Amino acid sequence: MGWAIALHGGAGDIPLSLPAEGRAPREAALRHCLELGVAALKANRPPLDVVELVVRELENSPCFNAGKGSVLTTNGTVEMEACIMDGNTKKCGAVSGLSTVVNAISLARLVMERTPHIYLAFDGAEAFAREQGVETAHSSHFITPENVERLKNAKEAKRVQIDYTEPIKGAIPSSIGDSQIGTVGCVAVDGHGILASATSTGGLVNKMAGRIGDTPIIGAGTYANSYCAVSATGKGESIIQATVARDVAALMEYKGLSLKEAAAYVIERTPKGNVGLVAVSANGEVTMPFNTTGMFRACATEDGYSEIGIWPSGINGDLEYPNK
Amino acid sequence: MGGWAIAVHGGAGVDPKLPEERQEEARRVLRRCLGVGAAGLRAGLPAVDVVEMVVRELETDPVFNSGRGSALTQEGTVEMEASIMDGRGRRCGSVSGLTTVKNPVSLARLVMDRSPHSYLAFHGAEDFAREQEVEVVDNSYFITDENVRMLKLAKEANRIVYDYRVPVPSADTCSASAGLVGATTDGGLQMNGLPISIYAPETVGCVAVDSGGWCAAATSTGGLMNKMSGRIGDSPLIGSGTYACGACAVSCTGEGEAIIRSTLARDVAALMEYKGLGLQEAVDYALKERLDEGKAGLIAVSRNGEVAYGFNTVGMFRGCATEDGFMDVAIW
Repeated sequence: MGWAIALHGGAGDIPLSLPAEGRAPREAALRHCLELGVAALKANRPPLDVVELVVRELENSPCFNAGKGSVLTTNGTVEMEACIMDGNTKKCGAVSGLSTVVNAISLARLVMERTPHIYLAFDGAEAFAREQGVETAHSSHFITPENVERLKNAKEAKRVQIDYTEPIKGAIPSSIGDSQIGTVGCVAVDGHGILASATSTGGLVNKMAGRIGDTPIIGAGTYANSYCAVSATGKGESIIQATVARDVAALMEYKGLSLKEAAAYVIERTPKGNVGLVAVSANGEVTMPFNTTGMFRACATEDGYSEIGIWPSGINGDLEYPNK
Repeated sequence: MGGWAIAVHGGAGVDPKLPEERQEEARRVLRRCLGVGAAGLRAGLPAVDVVEMVVRELETDPVFNSGRGSALTQEGTVEMEASIMDGRGRRCGSVSGLTTVKNPVSLARLVMDRSPHSYLAFHGAEDFAREQEVEVVDNSYFITDENVRMLKLAKEANRIVYDYRVPVPSADTCSASAGLVGATTDGGLQMNGLPISIYAPETVGCVAVDSGGWCAAATSTGGLMNKMSGRIGDSPLIGSGTYACGACAVSCTGEGEAIIRSTLARDVAALMEYKGLGLQEAVDYALKERLDEGKAGLIAVSRNGEVAYGFNTVGMFRGCATEDGFMDVAIW
């Protein structure tokens, strides 16, 4: 027992050759967000508050594909989505198609707490945002030069990229490599076993306008109940059809698997290269499996363990801080 | 065991005072759509084609809350959503926020078959519809006088509930608003926070298993009466309103928010897959243990040709047919 927290900045084909200027800011952002989350848990903030504040930080960082730094649709615009779930009450909130809201995850929380609905999207969600007086910004706030380039490369390659891909043959490599960003998420549990999950994203590079991914779909990219809290990342379409987040919890509940076993089971059965997730259980356990090349991730537990990583443990350059 | 099977629904949560001619009309539509589906299965069509075909029929008929006859948003417009899932490969397609597409379930199918994505919504979905040249009509096509009347009642009900200064009609008048306020004529039954008398027949869905043992599900709706524009319910959400896999196919209806929180459709399948329950057992368990105070119903078929229903509401418009000749249409 005890508190635990895990967060991610996206899973995908993160090349081992990722240069320092690509790694350093992301590792720093993960560390910073982990510290914020840990401090909040130590201060007895409810897990729902903790996951929201961590995801807000991740959204505000331009390094990751959420909020500022979101990837662009085929029209060169941003359409952001997010979802939050309280494992204690199973209340949830989701938003899609946001173009001006600075922190999508906070709007998702307002949908949960201040409307009779769970999910608002596009114009209706933007109207609700104005009604609620949340912080909004012009699209220039969210769009980064890296993402403009990413979209250009994707169009040239004429395919839809998942959050991370190998640099496209023939494309001029940008200084930070190609597509090293992804969905963000955070899961947390307090000392009483109360769980919460939150996920946020800009979606897929070059996606069709109006495309909704797994992130705002309860049971796909985000889920929390009394057993565990899960946030998934990777190829949205695969995560939806495999109901990834719900399945981890269902395996624990219906098949009696442990958190680690359940998460591994789900990852193994999703096509390779498509998915990663972070999850915590009511007992304070953590797991962060992925079947992609890498996943930006970090976790910490009350007993002092913490970890920040990109590639599978043991791969050169991975950072780990085992029990002190 | 084995053989094809099909089930349809036209919504859970029925006004116990629904006039007999409305009940008969609903039964007639269900029987007809069931017949269309059964004929398709008999002819060897794959389950995914059959569920699409049947839901198209249900959308086109104004009796139920989907396509023509959809519930209205706060603004008095229609925003439709649908999803379809083919248990063979667990491929899926969803759409939300449609305002001009005549058959939302068919656009969901095109999302599944002809786009790189699983879910398109609002302007993007409408653009895709034009690209795919599906049949589109003016938003007014979907709006029925019945639903305009229902929207007005729903708005009044909300206002009456929250504004104590509005004089309350006496309990022995026959007006609909008296019924809403006193909540005596409908026995105090509520769904989604509104008196049950607001509800025309509801969301539609179809599940089928073909003679190859493949299952598929499809669900379509106009959503919640008086909903906020932009509100998405359970119907287009894979795992909540719709789900299909190798073992079974499920389509749900009722309080959307409750169905989402309990990922109802996926849970039925997960109970079979991970806990080894049979189809009806899984349906019963999911409704009893997973829904909390939510009100909902669902239909399901298994790869073995079984059909199951369940609902914790007063009534669910439904029907089923199996290869051995069994056919049933019911409301209560």
